[in-house]
Amino acid sequence: MSARIGVVTFPGSLDEADAARAVTIAGGEAVSLWHGDDDVKNVDAVLLPGGFSYGDYLRCGAIARFAPVMDTIIDAAHRGMPVFGICNGFQILCETHLLPGALTRNDHLHFVCRDQKLRIENTASAWTRDFTPGQEIVIPLKNGEGGYVADEDTLDRLEGDGRVIARYLDVNPNGSRRDIAGITNERGNVVGLMPHPEHAVESLTGPSTDGLIFFASALSSLMAGAGQ
Amino acid sequence: MIDTVDQAARTPEVEQPYLELGLKTEEYERIREILGRRPTSSELAMYSVMWSEHCSYKSSKVHLRQFGEKAPPSDALLVGIGENAGVVDIGDGWAVTFKVESHNHPSYVEPYQGAATGVGGIVRDILSMGARPLAVMDPLRFGPADAADTKRVLPGVIAGVGGYGNCLGLPNIGGEVVFDESYAGNPLVNALCVGAMRHEDIHLASAKGVGNLVVLYGARTGGDGIGGVSVLASETFDDEGPAKRPSVQVGDPFMEKLLIEATLEVLHAGLVEGIQDLGGAGISCATSELASNGDGGMHVWLDRVLLRDPTLSPEEILMSESQERMCAIVRPDKIDDFLSHCRKWDVEAVVIGEVNDSGRLTIDWHGERIADAPPRTVAHEGPVYERPFHRPPWQDALQANEATTIDRPGPKEFLNTLLELLASANLADKSWVTDQYDRYVRGNTVLSQPEDSGMIRVDEETGRGVAIATDCNGRFAKLDPYAGAQLALAESYRNVCVTGAVPLAVTNCLNFGSPEDPEVMWQFAEAVRGLADACAALGIPVTGGNVSFYNQTGDTAILPTPVVGVLGVIDDVDRRTPMSWGPDGELIYLLGDTRDEFSGSEWAHIRGHLGGHPPSLDLEREKVLGEILVAASRDGMITAAHDVSDGGFAIAVVEMALRSRVGARLWLPDDVDPFVQLFAESAGRAVVVIPRSEELRFTEMCAARGVPAFRVGVVDSGLGADTGHADGSQVLQFGEFFTVSLDRLRDANSATLPALFS
Repeated sequence: MSARIGVVTFPGSLDEADAARAVTIAGGEAVSLWHGDDDVKNVDAVLLPGGFSYGDYLRCGAIARFAPVMDTIIDAAHRGMPVFGICNGFQILCETHLLPGALTRNDHLHFVCRDQKLRIENTASAWTRDFTPGQEIVIPLKNGEGGYVADEDTLDRLEGDGRVIARYLDVNPNGSRRDIAGITNERGNVVGLMPHPEHAVESLTGPSTDGLIFFASALSSLMAGAGQ
Repeated sequence: MIDTVDQAARTPEVEQPYLELGLKTEEYERIREILGRRPTSSELAMYSVMWSEHCSYKSSKVHLRQFGEKAPPSDALLVGIGENAGVVDIGDGWAVTFKVESHNHPSYVEPYQGAATGVGGIVRDILSMGARPLAVMDPLRFGPADAADTKRVLPGVIAGVGGYGNCLGLPNIGGEVVFDESYAGNPLVNALCVGAMRHEDIHLASAKGVGNLVVLYGARTGGDGIGGVSVLASETFDDEGPAKRPSVQVGDPFMEKLLIEATLEVLHAGLVEGIQDLGGAGISCATSELASNGDGGMHVWLDRVLLRDPTLSPEEILMSESQERMCAIVRPDKIDDFLSHCRKWDVEAVVIGEVNDSGRLTIDWHGERIADAPPRTVAHEGPVYERPFHRPPWQDALQANEATTIDRPGPKEFLNTLLELLASANLADKSWVTDQYDRYVRGNTVLSQPEDSGMIRVDEETGRGVAIATDCNGRFAKLDPYAGAQLALAESYRNVCVTGAVPLAVTNCLNFGSPEDPEVMWQFAEAVRGLADACAALGIPVTGGNVSFYNQTGDTAILPTPVVGVLGVIDDVDRRTPMSWGPDGELIYLLGDTRDEFSGSEWAHIRGHLGGHPPSLDLEREKVLGEILVAASRDGMITAAHDVSDGGFAIAVVEMALRSRVGARLWLPDDVDPFVQLFAESAGRAVVVIPRSEELRFTEMCAARGVPAFRVGVVDSGLGADTGHADGSQVLQFGEFFTVSLDRLRDANSATLPALFS
């Protein structure tokens, strides 16, 4: 039986169909989750997709963080369930404090959509284990508020613990500190990433199929967990 | 004090501000005749907005009829002109709807909100047909790129288009960014949306079924977007009421996203009998159109409308153009279900009326009757004008001033001319603009800018999809509006064909100056006639569109700008033809004839020249060229193709090389003037790239169809060292005339917009 990966829809979520498609292409079963339910339907992992939950009003992710489904997801994450926040999902994970730091307005003040080169820095997390260390990939990036910030101590700790999972190469598209594109928690089960791997799963529609490896990683880490 | 129907009947002598509301005396008299009394202030408000040029097409109607009368027979047409948007059959049970509209004046006044709500409005048009919106495109035109006001308008427009579309979750897959002096005081912000649905999901704007309920849902109604009515409010009806209102609407894309999801749910659940979006003229338009397209009568309790501002008068509520609202006709036994879907999506909804067969649109305000009118007279039977028009006396002199009079560069200057063209604002790389738009969301974007068409996969199982392009060279239209409109269609048609899609339908956004100027009216009449004739010749019908008049500063009109959008279908997007070429050794062919045609071209434009005749056009040849491009795609004969238009052949191959990041050797035929070969803008041409194994088959097909095919080059990534450039660097060699590295071409092409607007 394939792993069941929940994809949450908040009001204003936009990339949930893409995230579900990516899960399916990677060989998993995508399960729709609704922000207003506290039930996560016994999924094995959860994806918080990109978009503008609640219109990005107040602050990106600040309202979605209080959705009933998030209480369940936060508990599950603390127990080790793999959770992946893409773009707005990353912003929500920072608001929940499952991940440290925050995403701020791009330094150039424009929304930016581009094919972004990244280097995978951590291949131990639940969502990156199928990459090779240092692997360079190209996936779409699209955000208006993607500048990753945290205090220097936190940044040093993230670097020291190897919790930076991906870094921007060639161009830092949004002013992120230390070119950070994504990070993980101490346990390695919760990952936030600003660029969009779910838009790079078919050569027909994406700049590459590099994005698939994130979803395949989750499936193989679930398989490894089940085998233990 | 509320002006009721009874009071209007009792006080025929009351003076009404119809002139301030834009109605002419004869129009006001006609309203009195229809009603048999003076209109109430609410009725006056409704008639004034619905009989406006924007809503009634009163100056354009007599010309637009040609789109129907001359329309070629089409099996694909499911819903024609007159509905919110036309619908075409693309096969496999799928129907597609698309339309382009203008939001020019609001975008000049308030660039961000004007552009944002332009996107929002066209998306609701598509939604109201029952379709899921799939993608947007924005044909934009601004004053000179280096003008101070362009620096004010352009960044706001781009941010507005992006801010709304990105937040709504619709990919922006193409469009245009054009600069010309004539748009300096009057930018053009046109917005196109395409959507798809299953055939059985097509919905129309009609209120049928006596006793059915009229539901207004979405955002609350506020005082934004009221233009003329501010006159009403502040001068005549209620001195206590709100002061002058901003006439530009304010958009909330988050609400629109919820509105889309809630609407699609209620449509798919079979809970809706008829549906209409609220755009121009707000509730006045929605209720009168729904009623007159249905059983003919409707009663509305206007005080039930949910308001953002409780001080709004009934006249203002009727005229408000607050965004993100829809109106649905729902059976009473389904209303609870309908409302629960709205609650799920946090969308407010309220029953404001009921369908009846009275033949009247009656509106009450807290128990008092404030309107009682036949809805057709509001919605469909407005005034129709046969505006006078005549050919401008200066047209002959303009056409006599051919571009052959400009000094041409010698062979040593060809490279500089190419670099100059590449760096010119109109031909420069538009990534600075399009990188602010999300082109990936929904994961079905197969082609997006700078490709010739945007292409969207509609069916993930079968790969069936659509391609859309919009085009217009307003300079051609100025030189000859009839030919200019046809050239716009031909280019758009060609842009669809080069991607491998079969053209099916046409939409248009006709941007012109004042219809009260007989010379402008002539431009309009000629453009419509040209477009209708060309659609007949190419065999594709116009399914809808929009007219935007009064685009002028003082007495000076913009270039006549009939923006034409063509939609094509492709049975499998996997076989689309991109513009980037394949590996070394593939052959580069130029299809079609190149003539000494520079009048209205980009080269003439950067030389400051506008005069002469636009390029000649052979629509039969265009059609055959299109068939060849589609057949070549279907049979796998070509790996790349690109339309040859602005800037000519040289620009086309440079764009292909930059997209591919691979160089090529090109040779110019001996028997053609090399300057003409490089930069002329003759119509009916495309560059295709062919694997050697397909060369014979392809050229035989072209010969059999009578389309000239010239072998003009070969893809070659190894030219660097041989041509005096760095080893391994990618180079384009233009015969004996010059070689140039792609890096240098890219630098010239990509620096312009960031330098101006970053």
